[in-house]
Amino acid sequence: MQNEWLYIGLFLIVGVALPAASLIMAAIITPKKSNPIKNSTYECGMETVGDSWVQFKAQYYIFGLVFLIFDVETVFLFPWAVTLNKLPLFAVIEGIVFILILLAGFTYIWRKDALEWA
Amino acid sequence: MDWTLWLELVIKALVLIFALLGGFAYLTWYERRLLARFQSRLGPNRAGPFGLLQPIADAVKLIFKEELTPAKAYKLVFFLAPIMTLVPSVIIAAVIPWGPPFQLGDRIVTQSIADINVGVLFLMSIASIAVYGIVLAGWSSNNKYAMLGGLRSAAQMISYELTLGLAFVVAILLGNSMNLTDIVEAQRDGRWFVLVQPVGALILWIATLAEVNRHPFDMPEAEQELTAGYHTEYSGMKFALFFMAEYQKMIVVSAILATLFFGGYLGPWVDRWPLLGPVYMFLKIVILLFIMIWVRATWPRIRYDRLMAFGWKVLLPLALAVVMITAVGILLAEINPWMIWLIPIFSLIAGAFASLMIDRSLRRKAYA
Amino acid sequence: MTILFLIIAIVILASAVMVVTTRNLVHAALWLIVSLFGVAVLFAMLNAGFLAVVQVVVYIGAIAILFIFAVMLTRREMRGHGKPLNNNWWISALLSLLTFGGLAMLLSNWDGFSQTPADFPSDFDGVAELGNALIDPNQFVLPFEVASILLVAALVGAVYIASNRK
Repeated sequence: MQNEWLYIGLFLIVGVALPAASLIMAAIITPKKSNPIKNSTYECGMETVGDSWVQFKAQYYIFGLVFLIFDVETVFLFPWAVTLNKLPLFAVIEGIVFILILLAGFTYIWRKDALEWA
Repeated sequence: MDWTLWLELVIKALVLIFALLGGFAYLTWYERRLLARFQSRLGPNRAGPFGLLQPIADAVKLIFKEELTPAKAYKLVFFLAPIMTLVPSVIIAAVIPWGPPFQLGDRIVTQSIADINVGVLFLMSIASIAVYGIVLAGWSSNNKYAMLGGLRSAAQMISYELTLGLAFVVAILLGNSMNLTDIVEAQRDGRWFVLVQPVGALILWIATLAEVNRHPFDMPEAEQELTAGYHTEYSGMKFALFFMAEYQKMIVVSAILATLFFGGYLGPWVDRWPLLGPVYMFLKIVILLFIMIWVRATWPRIRYDRLMAFGWKVLLPLALAVVMITAVGILLAEINPWMIWLIPIFSLIAGAFASLMIDRSLRRKAYA
Repeated sequence: MTILFLIIAIVILASAVMVVTTRNLVHAALWLIVSLFGVAVLFAMLNAGFLAVVQVVVYIGAIAILFIFAVMLTRREMRGHGKPLNNNWWISALLSLLTFGGLAMLLSNWDGFSQTPADFPSDFDGVAELGNALIDPNQFVLPFEVASILLVAALVGAVYIASNRK
């Protein structure tokens, strides 16, 4: 088992080296004739107005929060799913109770309109 | 670790990476030719026979293109973002079994880079870090289109990732293991999981479409409103890396879908000639990619608020329902093996109910 | 193996230091990801594949994303002004030194450092063991369900606070 993770680690190194090498190669080959107009921000020919690092909708953050909760839930369901064939009835009921409790929370946030993108 | 093991690893890694690279190059050709067919055009046909040399010509062009870095961009992150986008799309392929193990001399060679016992969860973890490249690319460009594209993409990917994870849970329930080889082996004798759980396969397919930002979920790079989304400011090789990442992700998610629900490398005579495994995988991937491109040619893009609503209010509850139905169905199948067919019946009912609800909600909001 | 462990430990500590010292918030988030990833690698080295992957899914894939969202959505200026340390830094340094010393004293009496762990049996499947423990009524059924309730509480609380301003 240890070896398997080592394989993945080595593959990761190869996977990082590949794009890095191609970027470095490209940096050597490509022509460099930049000028201020070329390097300006591209907005379809308009002059850029203001900064683009401004405050965006807080809705993104709420989706992030809800995602975090359900992500943890999904992670809990993975080991449950693996061992379902042992003591089945009890395990199934347990998992379903787990999901139903979370569905109650889900209903709450749905009612609260936290899932509305408006 | 003796040297043969290292040699085996190096050969497998190189074969996989070059297969993905070649797959990427020819997937662009495949997509352009197919889209042209759908639209009664010819598509690229000048470079080589049937335009087969077109990807090479494109690659040469992209390498020699000038790379621009916007003056206002955040240089370091701007440089790292393409790498951070490409790397997950490559290493996610490490755990996919491409064929059954075979005997070579006196050693058994597996046809995957690593055969870990948490393979499915590994897929999910890599899918979850794939968000970073895109969101950082959008942020570091300091361009409003790119920023919006990156944020949209991040919100969309995390929303559909839950559904993705639950669809994985369905496959684990059916295969009773998190090891991808075990899941494939559980589908022997034509017992493909798509037959037992068609709705689960469909959910996984929709979620992967959204994860790789393909049509009809390609809001992050919607040309008409965001120019090119998160890679607006990228050019030359850096752009090529984004492009490569997107197409490699298409290949890899098709491979995952084939592995989890369509029998993976299994097919006739695969036990006698294990090297047929990759051939079957290739055929299944080509068919799934064909469907993806067909979808692109057919359906319009979904509006962003509807995309989020679809992910959260339709797909997530449906996926939870499908998980529960599958668990109960497996329990009943212990009593009588025929009861396993209650799973597809009830899942299809749940799916039909979900589509009915979408229809009703769309009728109610006739203005929207 | 020891060398690998040392390298990773140094990477984790160094990036943790960078998280608190860098002035740029996005850089801090990126260093945090490096640190969390190092911890995942340590789990993988300890044969705890499940924990390694969960570390990536939950911490890097969800919590760090939330940090990045928070930074991007709230701050107009990415660089902090003012010094990252205030004048009382030496008190906290002293306190953490004392805590570290106390922990080191306690642990010096523990003989676990000199023991090598027993090898796993070849058919040992940690994930299946974990799943069994979660559904075994004598072990962790109750915590499993309590975790669900805790998650719901967090969900409700977060959404309530976040949408209170409307």
